[in-house]
Amino acid sequence: MSHYEAPIREPLVLGDKSYHDITEDIAKPIEGKANKNWYVAFYISLAAMLWGFGCIFYTVGTGIGVWGLSKNIGWAWDITNFVWWVGIGHAGTLISAVLLLFRQKWRMAINRSAEAMTIFAVFQAGLFPIIHMGRPWNGYWVLPIPNQFGSLWVNFNSPLLWDVFAISTYLSVSLVFWWTGLLPDFAMIRDRAVKPFQKKIYALLSFGWSGRAKDWQRFEEVSLVLAGLATPLVLSVHTIVSMDFATSINPGWHSTIFPPYFVAGAIFSGFAMVQTLLGIMRKVTNLEDYITRIHIEYMNIVIILTGGIVAVAYATEFFIAWYTGSPYENYTYLSVGAATGPYAWAFYSLLFFNILTPQLLWFKKIRRSFIWTFIISIFINIGMWFERFDIIAIVLSKGHLPSTWWRFEPTFVDVGIFIGTIGFFFVLFLLYARTFPVIAQAEVKTILKSSGEFYKNRRDQGIPTKPVIKVAAAEGESDKLDKE
Amino acid sequence: MASNKKYWKSVEELKESSIVETLSKNEFVSEIATDDFLGDKETLENTSTSRRDFLKYVGFTTAAASLAACEGPVRKSIPYVVKPDDIIAGVADWYATSMADGYDFANVLVKTREGRPILVMPNSEAGADMNARVAASVLSLYDDKLRLKEPAKKDVGEAVSWSQADAEIGAQLNAFKEANKPLVLLTGTLASPSTEKIIEEFIAVYPNVKHVIYDAISESGAADAFMAMYGKRALPNYHLNKAKTIVSFGADFLGDFHGGFEKSYIAGRKPETGHMSYHVHFESNMSLTGANSDKRVVVKPSDQVFALLNLYNAVTGSNFASKSTPVDAEVKKMASELKKAGSKGVVLTGLNDKNAQLISLAINAALGSEIIDTNNTINIRQGNDAEVSQLVADMNAGNVAGLISYNVDPLYTLSNASGFSEGLKKVSLKVALSIENNDTVSAMDFVLPTPHYLESWGDTQFDEITYGLMQPTIQPLFNTRQFQDVLLKWSGNMVNYYDYLKTYASENALEGNSWNTALHNGFSKKEVSVNETLFESSISIADVANELASSAKKATGFELNLYAKTGLGDGKQANNPWLQEFPDPITRASWDNYLTISIADARELGFENPVKDNGAIDGDYANVTVNGVTVENIPVMIQPGQAKGSIGLALGYGRTLDFKEDMQVGVNAYPLYINNNHIQYGVSIEKTSGTHKFACTQVQKTIAGRHDILKVASLKDFKTVDPKDHHHGWNKPAYVSYDHQEVEANSINIWDEHNREIGHHFNLSIDLSACTGCGACVIACHAENNVPVVGKNEVRVGRDMHWLRIDRYYSSEVETREDAKELGLSRGDTYRKLETEAENPEVTFQPMMCQHCNHAPCETVCPVAATSHGRQGQNQMAYNRCVGTRYCANNCPYRVRRFNWFEYANNNEFDFNMNNEYGKMVLNPDVVVRGRGVMEKCSFCIQSTQAVILKAKREGRSVSTDEFETACSSSCTTGALVFGDVNNKEDQVAALTVDKRAYGVLDYLQTKPNVIYQVKIKNTNEA
Repeated sequence: MSHYEAPIREPLVLGDKSYHDITEDIAKPIEGKANKNWYVAFYISLAAMLWGFGCIFYTVGTGIGVWGLSKNIGWAWDITNFVWWVGIGHAGTLISAVLLLFRQKWRMAINRSAEAMTIFAVFQAGLFPIIHMGRPWNGYWVLPIPNQFGSLWVNFNSPLLWDVFAISTYLSVSLVFWWTGLLPDFAMIRDRAVKPFQKKIYALLSFGWSGRAKDWQRFEEVSLVLAGLATPLVLSVHTIVSMDFATSINPGWHSTIFPPYFVAGAIFSGFAMVQTLLGIMRKVTNLEDYITRIHIEYMNIVIILTGGIVAVAYATEFFIAWYTGSPYENYTYLSVGAATGPYAWAFYSLLFFNILTPQLLWFKKIRRSFIWTFIISIFINIGMWFERFDIIAIVLSKGHLPSTWWRFEPTFVDVGIFIGTIGFFFVLFLLYARTFPVIAQAEVKTILKSSGEFYKNRRDQGIPTKPVIKVAAAEGESDKLDKE
Repeated sequence: MASNKKYWKSVEELKESSIVETLSKNEFVSEIATDDFLGDKETLENTSTSRRDFLKYVGFTTAAASLAACEGPVRKSIPYVVKPDDIIAGVADWYATSMADGYDFANVLVKTREGRPILVMPNSEAGADMNARVAASVLSLYDDKLRLKEPAKKDVGEAVSWSQADAEIGAQLNAFKEANKPLVLLTGTLASPSTEKIIEEFIAVYPNVKHVIYDAISESGAADAFMAMYGKRALPNYHLNKAKTIVSFGADFLGDFHGGFEKSYIAGRKPETGHMSYHVHFESNMSLTGANSDKRVVVKPSDQVFALLNLYNAVTGSNFASKSTPVDAEVKKMASELKKAGSKGVVLTGLNDKNAQLISLAINAALGSEIIDTNNTINIRQGNDAEVSQLVADMNAGNVAGLISYNVDPLYTLSNASGFSEGLKKVSLKVALSIENNDTVSAMDFVLPTPHYLESWGDTQFDEITYGLMQPTIQPLFNTRQFQDVLLKWSGNMVNYYDYLKTYASENALEGNSWNTALHNGFSKKEVSVNETLFESSISIADVANELASSAKKATGFELNLYAKTGLGDGKQANNPWLQEFPDPITRASWDNYLTISIADARELGFENPVKDNGAIDGDYANVTVNGVTVENIPVMIQPGQAKGSIGLALGYGRTLDFKEDMQVGVNAYPLYINNNHIQYGVSIEKTSGTHKFACTQVQKTIAGRHDILKVASLKDFKTVDPKDHHHGWNKPAYVSYDHQEVEANSINIWDEHNREIGHHFNLSIDLSACTGCGACVIACHAENNVPVVGKNEVRVGRDMHWLRIDRYYSSEVETREDAKELGLSRGDTYRKLETEAENPEVTFQPMMCQHCNHAPCETVCPVAATSHGRQGQNQMAYNRCVGTRYCANNCPYRVRRFNWFEYANNNEFDFNMNNEYGKMVLNPDVVVRGRGVMEKCSFCIQSTQAVILKAKREGRSVSTDEFETACSSSCTTGALVFGDVNNKEDQVAALTVDKRAYGVLDYLQTKPNVIYQVKIKNTNEA
């Protein structure tokens, strides 16, 4: 039984789709051959990734000195990239967990990819805390594992340690949540697979999903429980990341609004990245009927909201820095000092990309335009990178003692590692797009009759909806089940 | 066409010797029995070694070989077979000795470990002063690149034995003596009575020898003036501690004005005693002394001369020829101040001009100054310019048959080096005695290596009352022989110098002290003989003044003021990486010399110092021409406080011979040091193309309105105003809001405190009034704590490793935001004004090292607890535990933590002393050499505080008062840095921490630092 949906709501699945059509559409990229574009994109990403790995090996082999850091600026691109990637990761959990709890059906078309993005982004993010260490081979010392170094133990006061817990928890919960959702879909691929090897792999991946009612019941329960577990993580991860700064004593970092402000910023940037990815994916994999204008619009509304929170946070930061009257607050990343100093370009980039451009989304036309959305989402991604760069580099470049004021310039290694993580991210994402069901088809099928365009139209016209009879002989087991 | 050429591989083959045939037939003595083994198929099949076995053997051998290769490199530490009596492994031995390298002269204490000198400290009992070069001299000992290792005959390019050299040179000496051909012994200032006696005896044996003394940086003018006035060729001493008013005309007595006045200068400027001298400094370059003065008057060199004459006229009421200058008002004021001070006033001048020195001596005489001491004179600059130029002339005229040089490098330091070099070609016997290779040494025929002062015996007489002794602290590293021994041998005296010295000292100098006592103390004081000859009436001051005025009137164009940098001095130790990396106290640039130019002139000529995106400073190049001599491509540094129309340039740079590429920095300014005059008129500057990359450790020049970091108060305020007064207080504590109450920041606490009353609790007090910024502590810290040298490129991008640095701040035209508000400036303009230095700023110095905060921000953020607090107050760094997140450095408001960006030891990319077997001998074995990827910082010299505690424990006593010392505090001769245990109320530091001048930097953060600063007091009220 599908749920009731108000007739004024726009359909979430376009066209005259049957359950089988959905199966076919989702399985096509996996079962078919990749086109030329995919290969081009893949090889470019692979090259970027290998270049980045080269830079990482160079760094680890030679020393952090190959980056542009100095005695006064101990972090720059490394932690900027770290926070940026973690932030990007936020949309996935929000979409799959929070929207599940709020019963937002539109999440079904995008949650799979958003979560994949989360996991891949957290991979990238997780790289940086390790490689930014002077001695990454001793990186496991940040884990509280019993050791023989005497009574050495980690320092539970350190926000970096909280990061370790926050990120690893986040990664594992996200992974489990993602995988749980994937089980029926993997089973669908398994059932359709004709090559024995492929069948074996998907059989393994689907953990023996049988499609019995008991399976579905447990599936629903676990999804709900995991959504409940993951929801606080949406707030906690970036709260803790923000504490790397907020609990320090640097003017511009030491700020009590950082946790909510960072969470909002993370969702802001996460949704922007989802927009970027889906904007491409819906075209490339012919999923225009599933990822529709209304999906894009809904996400843009979230962007306006979180972007607004971020803008208010910026204004607050600026005001408070001025209001303290302390000369030490003169040069925080949001201050007159920053606006007139050597990093003015970064300051204005931040305002332009993060505050001005999202305002365009107030216009319905722009909000519903695929191309505008794509452009704005890229701008927001850039803007959010600048936010983290400004927070880190501008603040560190103007320390308490004027004698320690310095500047940061990235080296080719800094740039290379960043590009490398983008390459790595896209390599993972492109592989994912070819091997994973990119839309949670089992879930989408549940809303076909309530939110599908065909059925909605019929309902509107007063024509009773008949069961779909276009049943093919080779149809998968799960599809049969969907037909009640 | 057949050729009958024959090709041959050896003479034997050519001559068809039978051995060739024999060998060619029987190259391998015995055949390898491969055929026996493999040829017989049957045996091969019957062998018990199967293919499987063979593979097993191969496998085992490969595995065994690779396993053996896995073993780490073995470092052998070899115990003593017979332990020397005076060495206990792990326990440092200290020796009192003296440094005299011809430029720096100091009574020092040397710390040795296992027979290696590793640290040089001032011998405070001898009243010694210390500077960065003295502290760094221990590294020059281990300079295996530049030091000469064995006697050599350069003309044939081979090593010779000492006896061979003695014989050959002796023969020539005797030949010259017979023929009565003139010989010259050219040395630097020796300041050594016994050596002077040996030279006298040498001359007695060889009457054809003349001794010429040559100082690379000359103070011949001052010595000549003193000679004319007081009949003795020496420099006057100054007791600045008693001075009420000090007027200096370019005399950088805290810097390169033959040094040694820091202690007495600061002793006369203790606000607590109520006595503080008023020091007005007229100068063109921004010198260390000018930076420390109460009032710095910017005036170009030629005007300094007239100002000096005007001062003379005003003080004595005479009316000698002069000219009005822009600073006449100041001069007039100072004349009345000096008259008021009377015998407590003193005038110094740094102009190396006999007439100017005479005028200054005459003013002091007119004042009846008690500050100038004409009896206990200073003997450390005995160079005689006239004799040196005569020598060059004689050489060129072919009148010098032999030249024996010791410890001088005229081919590098003489402006007329080409003349010297030409003349040298006409000299038939050329002998160089030298520690190190240099331009002059490489031009000589005989090169005889002499030991470093740390390997030598000797005595010193820097002033009249202190007779110092020099003793070796290590076996000579190379095949060297002391200069004195060489001369004794050549004079036919069979006694060795050690015995000679012992006899000489006991007979002439020790005045009742035993040799052992004197050697233990490193010095012996004697009575000064009072010089009864006073002002010579034969000098007509009028003539002197006329001559002086007329020479200064010739000044045209730019005026160049050559100077010696605090770090490198005259360039003797230019191959010392510590000194090269030492940032100049004023410009904070390392690894360079440069043309300093005023802001106004730079604007006119189009010179700029842009700050690049990587934080470093760039500069333009200029060619400077004086009298037809051009030095090309000198980097230009804009210097606030430089007199308009004047430029400055440091000597001592640009040496290249035998230098590693990384060490070949700077330009040689000696060619401009014409007639040994550091003031040159008629200088032209031409901007050239190219961009110079400076390596500055500090970029922001002003304090940007954050005056609570570095508090300065006037003497009047200090005496009359309550320091904590809400409005006018000069040492107001930071206030914060707590429970909606305004409370002192230090009164609240969010932490559970340890009981700090138990045991030791270390504090360091830094008196900003007493710190001259000389930087001896920076080098001492380098040496004590094995701080690595990172090289110019790394310093440039902000990666110097100094645990202790001295921040320098210039004042800006607008000093506070309140002032800016009154001027109606916009916020952006306000910041810009606060950030930009004034054209003629006041200068303040602030030594900055780990503040050992009791509530350390670094400690809470380290994920692995690698940095944590010790129970004795130190913030401790466990290098082994550090994973290198650098969070601690980011969270340190003082930015004193230093990260090992690369492996700095044993790395060819950092080819300094830690990549060299000799250079590594200077490492302090008590302090670990940090590896790549870990954070490091000041430890409050925990190795020495622990050593003190253990020593006291072993001796069954409590630690005595002021027994704790750090490398910086013991190297500070002005007493600016005082270290100690605040739980021992007797310790000096205990009182200092609660002094009314005491404050903590950034104490509004409640970091509760264990380093306490004392507010800088300036005597700006002209008291």
